[in-house]
Amino acid sequence: MSSGSATLESSTLAPRARRAMYARAFYGLIRRDMRVARREAFQLSMRTIMNPFLFVFVFAYVFPKIGQQFQSGGGISFATIIVPGLIGSAIIFNGISAVALPLVMEFGATREIEDRVMAPLPTAAVAVEKIVFSAAQAVVAGLVVFPFVYLIPSTPVSVHVNNWPLLIGVFLLAGLVSSALGMAIGTVANPRQIGLVFALIVIPVTFLGCVYYPWARLHPILWLQILVLINPLVYISEGLRTALTPSVPHMHPWAFFGALLALFALLMWMALSGFLRRVID
Amino acid sequence: MEPAGIVIEKLAKMYARRGSEVHALKGIDLEVRGGEIFGLLGPNGAGKTTTVGVCTTRVKATSGRVTVNGIDVRADAPAVKRSIGVVTQFRTLDRSLTIRENLAMHAMYFGLHPKDAWVRADELLADFRLSERAGAFPDELSGGMAQRVQVARAIAHHPSVLFLDEPTAGLDPQSRLALWETIEGMHARGITVFLTTHYMEEAESLCDRVAIIDHGQILVLDTPQALKRSISAETVIELRLEAPNDALVERLRALPGVVSAQASGDAVRVLTASQDGVLPRILAEANSAGLKDMTMTKPTLETVFISLTGRDLRE
Repeated sequence: MSSGSATLESSTLAPRARRAMYARAFYGLIRRDMRVARREAFQLSMRTIMNPFLFVFVFAYVFPKIGQQFQSGGGISFATIIVPGLIGSAIIFNGISAVALPLVMEFGATREIEDRVMAPLPTAAVAVEKIVFSAAQAVVAGLVVFPFVYLIPSTPVSVHVNNWPLLIGVFLLAGLVSSALGMAIGTVANPRQIGLVFALIVIPVTFLGCVYYPWARLHPILWLQILVLINPLVYISEGLRTALTPSVPHMHPWAFFGALLALFALLMWMALSGFLRRVID
Repeated sequence: MEPAGIVIEKLAKMYARRGSEVHALKGIDLEVRGGEIFGLLGPNGAGKTTTVGVCTTRVKATSGRVTVNGIDVRADAPAVKRSIGVVTQFRTLDRSLTIRENLAMHAMYFGLHPKDAWVRADELLADFRLSERAGAFPDELSGGMAQRVQVARAIAHHPSVLFLDEPTAGLDPQSRLALWETIEGMHARGITVFLTTHYMEEAESLCDRVAIIDHGQILVLDTPQALKRSISAETVIELRLEAPNDALVERLRALPGVVSAQASGDAVRVLTASQDGVLPRILAEANSAGLKDMTMTKPTLETVFISLTGRDLRE
């Protein structure tokens, strides 16, 4: 075994050495997640692609071809309307899955999170790393989906990016909100309930997230228009709509940015307190 | 330089479970010296795991104070984590990673440069005779081998204090002996080892000093030899009887040379000092109650535990 074992640590760390220690541990955790993501890349991309691919194929390719058309109104094709929505639902689905699925197992059944919790950095930072990494993974999922929803439809898709910072801001915030939601779910659910959680949370969130219609069009069903405002995907879809397909009715940027920031703060608080409650007795 | 080792002062832990309060630790004091192998011996549920949990920053104490290498575990958990290695009772290997990756990633969490971390992983694989299984995933390993990986991982970052919570529970005898050897190897390199166990052989043959814990309280603390001497008995005689009764136990206790006598089930356990004639007198009494069988052994830590609590270590 190499030398240098059993050296005595001094009780106080210089602030600089401490920052370096935390940064290196954080980086180590990122490396670990990257390695696992790389190993599971095929599985991850299939999970990401299949739903939007088939959705676009059936509703934006087959339907128009066989003359079974959705009435989208206002001269905007259905294919254009669903571009932001499907990207948004890919982000939220991946953000939630990337955190909640492994976490539920690691907390409930295997306790394999323990080695990462014992890394020399504050315990909350282990949770933050998981959220940051999964947010990046969710953003990538959104990007991966884009060519499918753009190229497959048999009707014209009109996408214009006028404001790149807005688009990037929505993407990043969408990823962070999704993975924070994933951790909030992962810290309360147990392995036996995870199927139920997906049925009761993830599926309603994606179906009622203004994916297939702009939020403004819900006006005839006022109760639903108000009810869906608790759904983070509504703001993600509307934000992407503003950034990608400005010709489609969309929310004001203050509204979705404000709502996403507020949801992020709330979900982050739930995620971190849940994480600490699960790992420290 | 801060003192090495672990200092536990008036440590108490209360869990609130389903409305009732469970006092897992009732104010224990311990001092583990730098470089020793210290054993915390007690039955399941005595508070061993909670003690390790507090020392390793994973359990919050209700009151009291713990320092590891002079660092308060509550005030500065990350600094404590840096200098300790932990093997818990659970199989906590990262199942998404191979054995080699488990070791290298752990080293990276502790600040090793990736290149050095892989070198360190290979070094540990060789040391723990795991090289052949480097590419295996944790689920593919036997219990003994998985435990070896856990110990290897725990020392990958050169900790000065190693915590082992029931390290040999569920292991076959061969793996157990191999692990004992490993622990002695770490001891030889100056690492402080704090281990919990409910196997008295383990505490007896491995530990420099042993504390016996029961119901959240430390009953005694000393070297295994001193603990055995403390019961001032030379021999443990176990009598299996057809009709054990309280009157017999009383009569046995009254015999000269008998230190204590205790009934448990159909047996009576008699501790004796070395004194001529004690055995024939015991046998005479036992025969009157239908002696079926008799064994004589030297006192062990188990004897110490029984004489302190009146119960077996095995629950």
